[in-house]
Amino acid sequence: MLTKRIIPCLDVRARKVTKGVRFQNNIDLGDPVEMAVAYSEGGCDELVFYDITASAEEREIDIDMVREVAKAVHIPFAVGGGIKNIEDMRKVLLAGAEKVSVNSLAVQNPNIIAEGAKLFGSQCIVLGMDPVKVEKSSKFPSGYEITIQGFRTRTGLDALQWAKRAEQSGAGEIVVNSVDADGTQQGFEINLTRLIAENVGIPVVASGGGGTCQHLIDVFTKGKADAAIIASMIHTKMFTIKQIKDKLIDAGIPIRRKW
Amino acid sequence: MITIIDYKAGNLTSVQLAFEYIGCEVKITDKAQEILQAEKIVFPGVGAAKSAMDNLKKLKIIDTIQKVIANGVPFLGICIGMQVLFESSEEDGGTKCLGILAGSVKKFKTSDKLCKIPQMGWNTVKIVKPHPVFTGIEDQSEFYFVHSFYPAPSKKEIIIGQTEYADAVFASAAGKGNLAAVQFHPERSGRIGLKLLENFSKWDGIC
Repeated sequence: MLTKRIIPCLDVRARKVTKGVRFQNNIDLGDPVEMAVAYSEGGCDELVFYDITASAEEREIDIDMVREVAKAVHIPFAVGGGIKNIEDMRKVLLAGAEKVSVNSLAVQNPNIIAEGAKLFGSQCIVLGMDPVKVEKSSKFPSGYEITIQGFRTRTGLDALQWAKRAEQSGAGEIVVNSVDADGTQQGFEINLTRLIAENVGIPVVASGGGGTCQHLIDVFTKGKADAAIIASMIHTKMFTIKQIKDKLIDAGIPIRRKW
Repeated sequence: MITIIDYKAGNLTSVQLAFEYIGCEVKITDKAQEILQAEKIVFPGVGAAKSAMDNLKKLKIIDTIQKVIANGVPFLGICIGMQVLFESSEEDGGTKCLGILAGSVKKFKTSDKLCKIPQMGWNTVKIVKPHPVFTGIEDQSEFYFVHSFYPAPSKKEIIIGQTEYADAVFASAAGKGNLAAVQFHPERSGRIGLKLLENFSKWDGIC
């Protein structure tokens, strides 16, 4: 049986993993390659790296770091955050990433998904989206609006319509990162995750808000997610991946057991 | 030395890095002469069967591949590299493939809207027949899959491992003589995937 994936998220600035709430109060957590190896050996199913920049000033993607991770870790990993164009996608994939994730870039240039899918295959193009809850209306039938640039800018796009457009363009997977839930550890955004999971034919990854094993159980059962991204709950060492997986297995969720 | 055939069917970095990690020397080539001299051959690939076949034709290495397999060189097909070994694929309205293994490649079908196609993620492999490349790998181990089409061999005796997804129980690993093939990505399947690659790197091609 296909298992539900648990995906640690590593926010990287200048070769250091950081974690903050809503992009604020960032603290250093450690070396990205060492953490990737530790989580992979600990049983995570995939990894995602966001905003890999060589330094705080330069906004170039740290390709050397991508290659270091690819040499050390032999499970799939995605890179997102700093991708600016097709050439960045190519570099990141050739360095050994399995997937690239585009978010603001896809809103500004929707063709990037189709172009990337055509050149590299849909399986490596991930649409990341940062929806915020809004009043349901004819403009926002799902009740969620897409934001970009780290939640700072509203786009006028309805979350479900945007997800469907990305699927039609050739995205292979969608990460739904709730603005309202991000960093709160109060639980995933179940309603929207489920709405998108039931209405697109590609895998949906829930992100933002995971704080307990029950949150993960809920997002897989009620939220119908194919995978979930976690950060704080393991970065703080509150849980190991093994502990989380054992709880999910007890709850009857299909989970990878051997690694 | 592991020779990886580069027929422009996707990114070879992860396959190369996985073999290097377990201490193998790797050569990547699309040249018939180098393929004919290889000690062990890996035939990877992601993407579509038709473009894979078109590229093999363009590179004029179809005969070469048939020849090295007939010569007994240990050969490992991965993902599309497994699928094109069969006679045909349903992909792109029907694609004629290499015909080295009897059978065809079919598309997953499902009426369950929550069963996503492609299958993307970790699924279990039930080992139905022992094989040198699976030495030391427990039955029901999970491997990483990304695919919309699956191999359907017409001869059951070539099936090494089986996996369930959508409407199918399919051959996720198959072997015939010096030829082994897997639908999943051992290079992305963590320690267990590396074990399979290591087994292959030590395999003399005899079952």
